[in-house]
Amino acid sequence: MTTTIPKDDIAVGAATPARRASMRLGNRNLIVAGLVVVAFIVPLFVTSFVTFQLTEVLIYGLAILGLNLLTGFNGQFSLGHSAFYGIGAYTAAILIHNYEVSYLWTLPAAGVVCFVIGFLFGLPALRLQNLYLALATFALATAMPQILKFHALEGWTGGVQGLVVDQPEAPSFLPISDDQWLYYFTLIVVLVMFLCAESLIHSRTGRAIMAIRDNPIAAAAMGINNSLYKTLTFGMSALYTGIAGALGALAIAYVAPDSFTIFLSISLLVGLIIGGNGSIPGCLFGGLFVLYVPNIANALSTGLAGAIYGVILLLVIFVMPAGAAGFVRLATARLSRRQA
Amino acid sequence: MRKLTRRTILAAAPAAFTLSVPFVARAKDYGPGVTDKEIKIGNTGPYSGPASSYSAVPKAHAAYFKMVNDQGGINGRTVNCLSYDDGYTPPKTVEMVRKLVEQDGVLLTSATLGTPCNSAIWHYMNEKKVPQLFVASGATKWDDPKGHPWTIGWQPNYQSEGRIYATYTLNNKPDGKIGVLYQNDDFGKDYLKGVKDGLGDKASMVIVEASYETTDPTVDSQVVDMKAKGVTVFINCGIPKFAAQAIRKAAEIDWKPLHILSSIGNSVGATLKPAGLDNAKDIVSDFYLKDATDPKWTNDDGFKTWVAFMDKYMPDADKTDAGHTAGYCLAAMTTQVLKQCGDDLTRDGVMKQVANLKGFTIPMLLPGIKANTSATDFAPLKQVQMAKFDGQRWNLFGDLITGAVG
Amino acid sequence: MELLLQQVMAGLANGAIYACMALAIVMIFQAIDHLNFAQGEMAMFATFIAWQLMQWGLPYWGAFVISVALSFVAGVLIDRVLFRPVQKAPILSQLVAFIALFSILNSSAGQIWDYTIKSFPTPFGHHPLFGGTLIDTHEAGMIGVTALLLALLYVFFRGTRLGLAMRAAAANPESARLVGIRVGWMTALGWGMAAAIGTVAGILVAPVVFLEPNMMLGVLLYGFAGAVLGGLSSPGGAVLGGFAVGVMENLAGTFIPYVGQELKLTLALVMITVVLMFRPSGLFGRSVVSRV
Repeated sequence: MTTTIPKDDIAVGAATPARRASMRLGNRNLIVAGLVVVAFIVPLFVTSFVTFQLTEVLIYGLAILGLNLLTGFNGQFSLGHSAFYGIGAYTAAILIHNYEVSYLWTLPAAGVVCFVIGFLFGLPALRLQNLYLALATFALATAMPQILKFHALEGWTGGVQGLVVDQPEAPSFLPISDDQWLYYFTLIVVLVMFLCAESLIHSRTGRAIMAIRDNPIAAAAMGINNSLYKTLTFGMSALYTGIAGALGALAIAYVAPDSFTIFLSISLLVGLIIGGNGSIPGCLFGGLFVLYVPNIANALSTGLAGAIYGVILLLVIFVMPAGAAGFVRLATARLSRRQA
Repeated sequence: MRKLTRRTILAAAPAAFTLSVPFVARAKDYGPGVTDKEIKIGNTGPYSGPASSYSAVPKAHAAYFKMVNDQGGINGRTVNCLSYDDGYTPPKTVEMVRKLVEQDGVLLTSATLGTPCNSAIWHYMNEKKVPQLFVASGATKWDDPKGHPWTIGWQPNYQSEGRIYATYTLNNKPDGKIGVLYQNDDFGKDYLKGVKDGLGDKASMVIVEASYETTDPTVDSQVVDMKAKGVTVFINCGIPKFAAQAIRKAAEIDWKPLHILSSIGNSVGATLKPAGLDNAKDIVSDFYLKDATDPKWTNDDGFKTWVAFMDKYMPDADKTDAGHTAGYCLAAMTTQVLKQCGDDLTRDGVMKQVANLKGFTIPMLLPGIKANTSATDFAPLKQVQMAKFDGQRWNLFGDLITGAVG
Repeated sequence: MELLLQQVMAGLANGAIYACMALAIVMIFQAIDHLNFAQGEMAMFATFIAWQLMQWGLPYWGAFVISVALSFVAGVLIDRVLFRPVQKAPILSQLVAFIALFSILNSSAGQIWDYTIKSFPTPFGHHPLFGGTLIDTHEAGMIGVTALLLALLYVFFRGTRLGLAMRAAAANPESARLVGIRVGWMTALGWGMAAAIGTVAGILVAPVVFLEPNMMLGVLLYGFAGAVLGGLSSPGGAVLGGFAVGVMENLAGTFIPYVGQELKLTLALVMITVVLMFRPSGLFGRSVVSRV
């Protein structure tokens, strides 16, 4: 939708709102393209450890995107996404550990399993609002470690000892390390999923989903099938977070019930809010935050790491109440007002 | 500007890698993190999150090395011990340990805490051939020199202890009905397995297996349940908080089984006092460490050494927390290994000395208990001794028992 | 039969803990219309302060009164200082502020007072009530105090002008302002009261579960479940919900074979979710009707 803008118009300052919008869009696409290029060449300049960390950032970003689809775009609050992340991770781990399936197939498998479970969970969730839904999802998140430890399922899940997953190896014809391969693999998957999410949001379905968030009664009055869309969104959201979980299992090469507690759900929620609820690119910023800020807090003081983390959270939320995306929006709005 | 061809990538990679690893002395043949003046080691521990009560272990561990440095270091080198928080979540442990190995360039890890956390880095450490010393966890799997030659545990493992409880029961109450209280995670389940394995074909003596989660407020209902079902032997494998609750509840409901307490929850100050010393009379437990709150050790030299250490290097810490004793002992073992290395401070050299601990004692180990390892034996501490509580202190009885599993 | 009775009583005893917590949760919900995740940590921190005061020689009731008063002030301060800046922000951003508060309190308590458990005295003693072994005096005392608090709150909200003003401010801030109610201070007052009630809950709970920085985590979970089960708009319902959760959980643990012990918490939460499906506002809650 970019149009070429005659130079005179800009010089005179007579850019109309439509032209300004398309300028912003053009700028935005450029920035995104630039970032993607950077993302592709970064592993060549950093150590394999940092590459590993960046892989984790991408994974958390994808998990947060899943939560975003549900909470940000559809208004359904969820404290239970650690459960979907865990289900995705364990699906991948079980397939690799018990059935020796190639890691490539674990992603779609995790996605399908989580979609189904998310959809099924979305059905009873239809009746619940806000805090009551929070409790139900909270129940899901708390149940997950207990179910994973349950002795009847130990043969599959490895019980409390967890499962070791073989890390994917780089294909022999590529001269890169396993860590770099995992990074690129994750990057491609994440890019594809993000693009899908973008196109979903900008489609009719996306608009329906957002309409349900903004005004469910009006949406229903307009002929949108609220129940169907809400449960489908739950499923999609679970699918995204589940695939992130599967990638997580590959990156860490180990799954255990203790990795998927309610605290993970809370981290994802924090990442979502800090990144910007309802913003797709914000999710990656959220991922960065979730990974690096606890490290920063830890470096400042090991004993009071939790307290420092809390203080950082407060500072960030005071400065950017609508998250990073909101901040960027505000900043670009102010800047473009000055330009005009 | 050169094109990004495959060749340039291949050329750049090792350079990028070398730049990120600290400069290694070329004079002698040292492992990573070692210079003429310094040895760099590291670990992870739960400084935050719901398992933060175990942070006493890495804290005491770090403080011990401060003491070592103040006393001149190990063979003239100071020890730089880096410790990171992993919140008891395996993914974070993986990240932090990779940081220690790949970014900070440590020689080894010492006393990394938590069974799932150590399980997560187990393969990585062995693949990268980095010593994973004295894992702060009682799981049996760390004693595996053939399969995982770079990893070694330190304490008598939980399954061995469970078997010892089973043997004690068979010897003292062969017709008893057993109830086991255990935490629903790896260490609890290991205890339960040990008990049942130790009973062998009499495993049906266990009529109640009551688990609890760390998020449970109390274990009162489990105790009530056991009494109602006629349990006469109570094997209490709870951590101090829940062990104390169980002891108190049992007294409240007037229930007096043969009460066997595990070593996790037998501290006088941390468990028995809050539970009520009178309520804890006649409880039996096993020890390998000295209980810092037991008046019996007040004049013991080893204990006095430890108290002096705590007073100087951790003056505000709570001496009733047994984690401080454990951290101290773990650091002492690593120090001994590094001492034995002399100047052969390579990773191979470290593991050679790890397999070469002979009769090593630490001030806070029970008298008579020594650490012993060999190329086929990666369980440094195997012995425990039983004790009975008389309302004031623990009275050791019997001989040292050697754990059977591992 | 004896076992059933014992487990029910044990459930009620546990339930008293949850009911106390649930009351505090509902209190703050009524004042600010959302949940305070840090409620448990605030209670825990205040209980530690009470413990510290007693270590320094103060008698029990002195420490009790001072820590309740201090927590009231702290609650007001937290509202004015921490939550005023994020008031205009989306609700979820305020959630982050709660999480931050939780983190800070938990970590600080661990650093200041260490993680070993500490016994906490009770004015009721730990003697069996009525001679039997079903319930002891402290547990009975807990139930009594919770009931008393509930009664006091009822009188306050229904019978005093201030209570009416608070309810108005929470229900409809705009209209309340128009009739001259200082909505900001009503919210702060709500915070203070919730903090004070939480402290009472903490001081009652500590003798049973032992005082340590992580003692309230489980209690908050169950308290939250109880509050939601009973209905977030009904303090009485929340208290009953707390008791119900305690009993349900105990009975599930003992009587449902094979599954019971390990999946206790899961079962309790699942049962609550099922209840919510049929009564989406909780058992005693009022459904909120809003204008389209």
